[in-house]
Amino acid sequence: MKDVTFGQYYPRDSFVHRLDPRMKFLFLIAYIVAIFLATNFYGLAVCTAVLIAIIALARVPFGKVLRSIRGILVLLIFTALLNILFVDGETVYAQWWIFVITREGLLFAGLLSLRLVLLVLCSSMLTFTTTPVALTDGVESLLTPLKWIKLPVHALALVMSIALRMIPVLMDEVDRIKNAQRARGADLDRGGLMHKIRTTIPILVPLVLSALRRADELGDAMDARCYMGDKHRTKYKKLHFTWRDLLAFLVGAVLITGVVLLRIYLPAPF
Amino acid sequence: MKAIEFENVSFCYEESGAFSIRNLNFSVEQGEFVAVLGHNGSGKSTLARLSNGLLEPDEGTVSVFSRRITSKNLYEVRKDVGVVFQNPDNQTVATIVEDDVAFGAENIGLAREEIGRRIDFALRAVGMEAYRTATVARLSGGQKQRVAIAGVLALSPRVLILDESTAMLDPRGRREIVDVVTRLNKEKGITVLLITHFMEEALLADRAIVMNRGDIVMQGTPREIFARKEDLLTYNLSLPRISVICEKLRAGGMKIQDTLDVETLAKEIAACVS
Repeated sequence: MKDVTFGQYYPRDSFVHRLDPRMKFLFLIAYIVAIFLATNFYGLAVCTAVLIAIIALARVPFGKVLRSIRGILVLLIFTALLNILFVDGETVYAQWWIFVITREGLLFAGLLSLRLVLLVLCSSMLTFTTTPVALTDGVESLLTPLKWIKLPVHALALVMSIALRMIPVLMDEVDRIKNAQRARGADLDRGGLMHKIRTTIPILVPLVLSALRRADELGDAMDARCYMGDKHRTKYKKLHFTWRDLLAFLVGAVLITGVVLLRIYLPAPF
Repeated sequence: MKAIEFENVSFCYEESGAFSIRNLNFSVEQGEFVAVLGHNGSGKSTLARLSNGLLEPDEGTVSVFSRRITSKNLYEVRKDVGVVFQNPDNQTVATIVEDDVAFGAENIGLAREEIGRRIDFALRAVGMEAYRTATVARLSGGQKQRVAIAGVLALSPRVLILDESTAMLDPRGRREIVDVVTRLNKEKGITVLLITHFMEEALLADRAIVMNRGDIVMQGTPREIFARKEDLLTYNLSLPRISVICEKLRAGGMKIQDTLDVETLAKEIAACVS
């Protein structure tokens, strides 16, 4: 974890990696819209094909991408079961007490699970192919219009990037505090849930205190380097739209239109 | 010309109520390399913070290149006086080295190309040009601190203050920092104020100042300062290791002159042995 800047950036020099982070954000939004506009398996098949193409283009190993489902596995099984057991339908396969298993229920569960999986996979592709710095730059740039309603966009983006930068520092700190507490006889590795919760307090309190102290020092260091908010501030790294981004934009547009057309002309779930 | 000038400056922290600096008069000439020595709580860090307007004196005036620091010219003053702090982890803003070095230059509104040039210059000056796109978190303490110096140099300051910047480093990291700073002073003519409690680091300075309880208690060339061993000990400062070695050798019966230079000591020992 300490080795990676944060999250799961997978360094490669690929088409997808070189896309403008703003375009990737917009594409992700378009993709999510497409997933939810698709009411049948044809639409979702198109979405899946697009995702597979993206993963192949980005040259990120499929196994690595698929592993990001683990985080939502419980949710996935739970929603699928709920749909299988409770959705009413005409073709009943089995029935017991208040539970019915129907053709429609199975289909609906399949549809919903596939959507969830695609959603998570596409989102994780964003973090696989974009560095945290590029992500925050992208967010700042995309939120710029909100400066109109006096939203401190620059400050928010800075907060986000400092938070990302501090993660490895604070992780080291947690290790240090844990060791310090162990040296004082704290039992952090055994015990039930309640015991675990209780033992986090002597770790959390010093961690928060130290984070505040660090924030104070960082503020001084930023002041000393002439930080005055975004007043006459310039940016060293500029984001550029290229032909790649145009292409990604077109793919996104075609995807949404295609899914809508499929929805109109092939309304059946199959 | 005086780079930094303190006139009758007093400052006390609100929480403690005790004076951290009392009626201090002191100045640093342009191009000078001054070491400020002192035990914890001697007021030496307060001195650094007063020099670039992070703190405001309760009494007296602080001037930078003949301009009195006021709340209106802080921005200009900070362009001239760069401060590197103690903990490298608490002064880097960005994840990537070049982004962090760019931070100061971005703040003063330089053009993109100029920022690029400043990053080149600053990283080369601290010998970190090979790490331009590296992740800050993966660097060693000494390297992180060199990046912090580069981040300050990107503002092209005329004065560089190191506020105990070597305190958290291992001996090798300390060596790296002192070398870089000495080179900046000799080659680029940057005025250096090195605040430390390691005596060895003061050896290369033009002038050394010893602070105790908010006052300057000793002043002179490093040699003059280190010659007054008893005084140093009363201010809770330890002697440079080389002085201690000289003393011990003399106590053991060798006829050795006091020196601060390793080569000279080696020759003297060789002469004694043969």
